[in-house]
Amino acid sequence: MSNLEDLYREVILDHYRSPRNKGELPPPATCTEGANPLCGDEIKIFLDVADGVVRDVRFSGHGCSISQASASMMTTIVKGKPLADVRAVAKRFKQLMTIEENDGTTPTDIRLGDIEALQGVVKYPVRIKCAVLGWNTLLEGLDSTST
Amino acid sequence: MTLDVAALRDEFPMLSRRVGGKPIHYLDSANSSHKPNCVIDAMSTFMREAYSPIGRSSYALASEASDAYEGARSKVAAFINAYSPCEVVFTKNATESLNLAAQSWGRANLDKGDAIVLTHMEHHANIVPWQMLAKEKGFEIRWVPLTPDFQLDLSSLDQLLRGAKAISFTSMSNVLGTINPTRELCEAAHAAGAIAIVDGCQSVPHMTTDVRAMGADMLAFSSHKMCGPTGVGVLWAREALLAAMPPFLGGGGMISEVRLDDFTCAELPNKFEAGTPPIVEVIGLGAAVDFLNRVGMTEIRRHEIEMTNYAYRALTTRYGDAITIHGPTNPELRGATFSFAFRDVHPHDVSQVLDQHNVYIRAGHHCAKPLMRLIGANATARASMYLYSNESDVDALVDALDDVSTIF
Ligand SMILES: Cc1ncc(COP(=O)(O)O)c(C=O)c1O
Repeated sequence: MSNLEDLYREVILDHYRSPRNKGELPPPATCTEGANPLCGDEIKIFLDVADGVVRDVRFSGHGCSISQASASMMTTIVKGKPLADVRAVAKRFKQLMTIEENDGTTPTDIRLGDIEALQGVVKYPVRIKCAVLGWNTLLEGLDSTST
Repeated sequence: MTLDVAALRDEFPMLSRRVGGKPIHYLDSANSSHKPNCVIDAMSTFMREAYSPIGRSSYALASEASDAYEGARSKVAAFINAYSPCEVVFTKNATESLNLAAQSWGRANLDKGDAIVLTHMEHHANIVPWQMLAKEKGFEIRWVPLTPDFQLDLSSLDQLLRGAKAISFTSMSNVLGTINPTRELCEAAHAAGAIAIVDGCQSVPHMTTDVRAMGADMLAFSSHKMCGPTGVGVLWAREALLAAMPPFLGGGGMISEVRLDDFTCAELPNKFEAGTPPIVEVIGLGAAVDFLNRVGMTEIRRHEIEMTNYAYRALTTRYGDAITIHGPTNPELRGATFSFAFRDVHPHDVSQVLDQHNVYIRAGHHCAKPLMRLIGANATARASMYLYSNESDVDALVDALDDVSTIF
């Protein structure tokens, strides 16, 4: 099943089987909930932001391999990054998922690392929502911490 | 007599559709069924040769079309053994039928201090319309719980019904396949002075429906799950009940007189059919009823019991404890709808892999989130069968699950 290998790359299955940064953070870390009402997937993103930097991040919830792996990979890439970089990566990822146009404001040389493996999702439009669930929830969390 | 499934399948053009050069295995009939040629032809012939608006115009073709439309109403009435065709109201779908029940009967009859009873296995279509109204009116919603083997727990039913004005429940769960004791529930409701509203979406397409024997007061169902087209649903209700209910949607077709300061309603069932109805779709539903009568509802039910047995055995023999089928194990107590968990693989991943094998199932919460919480899952995979489902569909499902094991 060559098509499926494209979707379920080994690195994705690895993050699904052994998710990184899965768990919770106590307050004052913020907790933001996200859900995909169509499929019932639910996620919580815990963020510890100080001095404009994501000092720590965790996620919890249930979902399919794509949503879980995507959230896991996301935590590894945003941890320790300045907020501006996190937003840029999120934007770049959404462009990769074809749900945001490349408007030229995001440098295309941003390194997505493992997350690039999710590119195969684009061929399965209903799964794009799964892949971006964690990212959208993260962005919501950032918006609420910065106000 | 058993069904000649091979011959029946030939009547459904979609079943010979190939994807990627291979046949498809459609196991999502609880969601929506495929359509036989006779339904497709009835609709296109009507549009080609007999189409006309109905009701409002006096030319010959208009009355011919009106007769065809009313003929379909009579077929539907006979199909469920209604007392009269005027008890059959055409809506957009079962969801609209249940909203009609809530917004018309409910709005007129439910107030603060009142109560209605629902069950833990309802589809959102039989929950949210009542919750919307309850928010406004402040009446209480009580819930019939489930037993560990996914039946309604009727031990506290009389207590729940005490002082309640209605019970609204599904005749068959779209998630579990559980067939509910409709007659017993209707009797208990009447004994408590409540009316019984039945969501027949999952049972009407699959077994004989007799509203008189059932003792129901209202019954909602959708055409598209019973070999008919999308765009039309039915609300059946006892004539006296309908007559006392205020109109739901207002507009043309539902009035007998309109003045600047008031209006009066048309006779039943027009009172509840505002605006131009789905004429072509109703003709299609009439043809679907003819088709189901020709095949035979008793035979359809028997075939589905056989398929349930076959699927149950095939899935559990091959996968044992690796598969958990939610719902009653006795095929007499359930329809041919299987929700299952496979290993600990997420249902979306299961359905994604099955899709590669052209095995079409549904994954998700099936619009029954309160029930999913009881099952303890955010989602399940669901395979559901109909009169055209055969052993090869089940075999394809069982084989494709192997690939799920390989990947995850
Ligand atoms: C039990 C039950 N009730 C109500 C509905 C709603 O039907 P429709 O979407 O055709 O309005 C469904 C269909 O999914 C169902 O299975």
